[in-house]
Amino acid sequence: MSEVVNKSILVVGGGMSGLTAAIEAAETGYEVYIIEKEPYLGGRVARMHQYFPKLCPPNCGLEINFRRIKANPMVNLFTMSNVTKIEGKEGNYTVHINTEPSYINENCTACGECAKVCETEIPNPFNSDMDKIKAAYLPHPFAFPMRYVIAPEIAGSDEGKKCADACKYGAVELDMQPKETKLNVGAIIWATGWTPYDYTKIKYYGSGKYANVISNVMMERIAAPTGPTKGKIVRQSDGKEVKKVAFVQCAGSRDENHLPYCSGVCCLASLKQATYVREAYPDSEVYIFYIDIRARGKFEDFYTKVEKDENIHLIKGKVGMITEDSNTKDLTVQAENQETGEILKLSVDMVVLATGIVPNSDDAKAAADILCDDDGFILPDVEKPGQYGAGCACRPMDVAASVQDATAGALKAIQSTVRR
Amino acid sequence: MEKNIGLYICSGCGIGDVLDVDALFETVNEADVSPAICKSHDFLCSKEGVEFLKAEQENEGINTFVIGACSGRVNADTFDFGASITERVNLREQVAWSHPSEGEDEEDTQMIASDNLIMGMIKADATLPVEPYIKEDISKAILIVGGGLTGLTAAKEAAKAGSDVVLVEKDKQLGGWVQGLYKQAPSKPPYTELEDTNINALIADVEGDKNIKVYTGAVIEKTKGAPCMFDITINQAGNNIEERAGSIILATGATPYNAEKLTHLGWGVTPDVITNAMFEKIAKENDGKIKRPSDGKEVESIVFIHCAGSRDEEHLPYCSAACCVESLKQAKYVKEQNPAAAVYSIYKDIRSTGQAELLYKQVQQEGVFFIKGEVTSVTEDGGMLMVEATDILTMANVYLEPVDMIVLATGMVPTSAVGEIIEEKGDEDAEKEAEKEIVQETNASTGTIIKSNLLNLAYRQGPELPELRYGFPDSHFVCFPYETRRTGIYAAGAVRQPMDHRTAIEDATGAALKAIQCITMTSDGMALHPRAGDLSLPDFEMSRCTQCKRCTEECPFGAINEDEKGNPLPEPTRCRRCGTCMGACPERIISFKNYSVSMIGKMLKNISVPEDYEEKPRILVLACENDAIPAIDMAGINRLSYNPWIRIIPVRCLGSLNLIWIADALSKGIDGVMLLGCRHGEDYQCHFIKGSELATIRSSKIAETLDRLALESERVIVDEVSIMDYDKIPMMFDEFSEKLEELGPNPMKGF
Repeated sequence: MSEVVNKSILVVGGGMSGLTAAIEAAETGYEVYIIEKEPYLGGRVARMHQYFPKLCPPNCGLEINFRRIKANPMVNLFTMSNVTKIEGKEGNYTVHINTEPSYINENCTACGECAKVCETEIPNPFNSDMDKIKAAYLPHPFAFPMRYVIAPEIAGSDEGKKCADACKYGAVELDMQPKETKLNVGAIIWATGWTPYDYTKIKYYGSGKYANVISNVMMERIAAPTGPTKGKIVRQSDGKEVKKVAFVQCAGSRDENHLPYCSGVCCLASLKQATYVREAYPDSEVYIFYIDIRARGKFEDFYTKVEKDENIHLIKGKVGMITEDSNTKDLTVQAENQETGEILKLSVDMVVLATGIVPNSDDAKAAADILCDDDGFILPDVEKPGQYGAGCACRPMDVAASVQDATAGALKAIQSTVRR
Repeated sequence: MEKNIGLYICSGCGIGDVLDVDALFETVNEADVSPAICKSHDFLCSKEGVEFLKAEQENEGINTFVIGACSGRVNADTFDFGASITERVNLREQVAWSHPSEGEDEEDTQMIASDNLIMGMIKADATLPVEPYIKEDISKAILIVGGGLTGLTAAKEAAKAGSDVVLVEKDKQLGGWVQGLYKQAPSKPPYTELEDTNINALIADVEGDKNIKVYTGAVIEKTKGAPCMFDITINQAGNNIEERAGSIILATGATPYNAEKLTHLGWGVTPDVITNAMFEKIAKENDGKIKRPSDGKEVESIVFIHCAGSRDEEHLPYCSAACCVESLKQAKYVKEQNPAAAVYSIYKDIRSTGQAELLYKQVQQEGVFFIKGEVTSVTEDGGMLMVEATDILTMANVYLEPVDMIVLATGMVPTSAVGEIIEEKGDEDAEKEAEKEIVQETNASTGTIIKSNLLNLAYRQGPELPELRYGFPDSHFVCFPYETRRTGIYAAGAVRQPMDHRTAIEDATGAALKAIQCITMTSDGMALHPRAGDLSLPDFEMSRCTQCKRCTEECPFGAINEDEKGNPLPEPTRCRRCGTCMGACPERIISFKNYSVSMIGKMLKNISVPEDYEEKPRILVLACENDAIPAIDMAGINRLSYNPWIRIIPVRCLGSLNLIWIADALSKGIDGVMLLGCRHGEDYQCHFIKGSELATIRSSKIAETLDRLALESERVIVDEVSIMDYDKIPMMFDEFSEKLEELGPNPMKGF
């Protein structure tokens, strides 16, 4: 029986998992297509300041991965794109892809002349909307592909024309339309990643209402040199230096009313973020309220290292309530220290909510016939091989585990192209 | 190959506004190496620009392109002209975008560009075409050592992708640790029901797969060779069998921590104090019924002690990642048999991450009683066990009701940690001084090698994978968990790091992909990560070798063996092309076709050095192309201006730094040399493991030489930079420049 089996692989998502799955498959000799909804690759990790436990910059590994992509003709890239429909079966899928216009074509040299003449500013999603960016913009300084984007807000306006006129290379294309592409592939990897749990849903912490109650993903941007404050850790309300900060663990996690599961990474993320604050301000005090510190495996070393800092206080206890002084915007955190029984009322400059991981699988469910659990995590489908989840779309995991899982996903996909 | 060099300068992106391109052509034409053709274009990376270059290739016979334009980090694919050599000269990020074009500065900026172009010309001229190393007699089979869950999974998954597999298991039967389990923790919704392990089905799949050859009751006697050419001697019941493999997966798992060391937790008090492994055995043998070893009584009350010997400086400092959930599962065994049983868990933190949280919740609902605290004493009274503990949450001592049984959740010790530690020994025949140097250099971040008798590699640097910490031969990189210091050999499962069964399955599958990929790339002559696809290899000019052994000692990947006389025996398919050997060689006999000591030496000797009175110092920066170069580029992209005296030469890794470069630069009159590499030390960031560390050690040695030459040793510094430090680049350069200014000009100028 000789059915035509397509040897190429579709990878949906260009974050750490998707990027890894694609490169690993390509370096094993398979053609891959990466479909990424943002204009750049790197996903969530591109927005992180440092990784635990090494406190090293994510852009370092991304740089190597981008270099591997640049050197490998087997990798094809669709940015600002999503999969709308998938037909067919293992070995032979037809994939429908929609690409949104970036109003910039491949002539772009990233010289930045368009941004120079652009005056309109839009909220900057890369920095969790904490600052604004020009409507003709490089999505972030390390963006790959290194190419500008014109926001739809100005594409049809005079300002768009100004940008087009400023470009010496004919790269601005204001009449660019959404584009449909059809691809034939043999296997599909869903590496659609995660979204942070919406911290404003945790109302009793005043999130979304009090300016200085932020989420852990916002904290990553605030600490990053490419972030809204150029890496200076200051308050959202008044730009004041943050000398006393409380981290609230399991904010909306391990909680029947929010996320019943544990996201596995937030404990380590908060320990890491505590080091950001301590590094920035030697006289700062950090309080971490937790249920269990889940520093599994060799991450224990990182936990014991951070714990040794006398200005980092780990308190077993669930935070009950947070209130704001409407004048100073200082916050009062109320919690029971379960180890002493004492009810604490702690005044702090800022509160960081350690929110969890919500899988991005809605698009996958809409476009394809895949299995998910009640929380939206993609499950393996042994009855219908050919489509595989990878990374945080399958279960909460840290970066190294995502890479591991994505590498495994690449092999599963390859198997689907050699079968029969 | 007869070089026909074309120099093409792009005037786009502001380059033409900042630089006088015609003047640059003039300067380059007067240099030692001059191009056959010089042309400029206002948009070289456009379709028209590329077509223009292709026409030059065709019509003018240009076979070597020197492109003065943007950084080589961008448009690599655009400027790829097949067999022709392409050398990129950075005139955009490192010149036009980072240096002013007005007034007095104009001349200085122009001088940077002309130096960069002259160096690019020299490099292009010295670059020879690389030939991939392709061997006929290669093996594409994968050797998997260990027939537990990880090894079996790796074998099955690799075979499913079309590979031949050789699986070696030391026990008589396959299945490993998981074979001893009664049930496994939930892996699927609703995440609260225990599951069968299905290990027997997996074993049957492996045994029934015609592409998998299984040796049980067998160990690896010796592993010789290199990727695609491993020759393995397997010892099965005293008989030696030879197999050949392309790559290797080490999946030998972990062993439980020795419970005999846990007397403080009750071990030895009665036979009813057991380990988690023993508990599984009891459950499995009695189909879930838990009976006391002492008298066979069915257990009605039980204490699970978590972290028994784990997270404990006296025992295992790390957490074994799987034991919390395993203990929850075991607590559930008891509750399923007897819902009325008294079940206690004494823990430090319950680490049921992900959906395992739902099992934790389930077990709590079933009435398991959790105490956060430490066991302070275990005693026996009338055949029952008395447990005393501190309860951190009530700040009280608790005395539990007498229980039938205590289960110690012991952690994992990787099989790779079991054995004698190999001490680094100097060679007695070598001169004492040289010996000292070698030892000093090789202590740089070398992972200890433990004689665990798993692979028995016939490698110069030792018989097993270097450990990272606690005996785990793990990767040091968050982004690259399959990075390995022994090319083509991948550790997977609990031998690599503590992990649960689900993670082990993923890890095994990932390792199988890497093992296949290693064979695919190696058989095409390509380097593996991080210089994936690189075809260049070091050549050794053996007639001038002095058998000093620096190259064999310092290779971060153990790629070079040694004969009995101390001559290097390079194994090309183990090589990762970092150039550490080239940097190490005092005789400078190691070169790549496209990267060599003489090439970089000639480049830096052609930096124009103005006389003292002109007050234009020169500073050479040898920058690692993995992090330092991107950081310098980013400074330009962000239009940060920096010191005009700086001349930058990218190097593959600071490990490839040869000391002669520093001597050459200083004798040429260059005022200072800055070595810019990655962070080293415990949390090292060097992608070639110890390059920046080696550079630091090597340059500390040149200090003595400089002092003898009456040159200040401060003229050479090593600095660490990460890709995110781009904003600090201008300051770093200025600080060094100021320091050099204090020292005054290099007296060697003009000689």
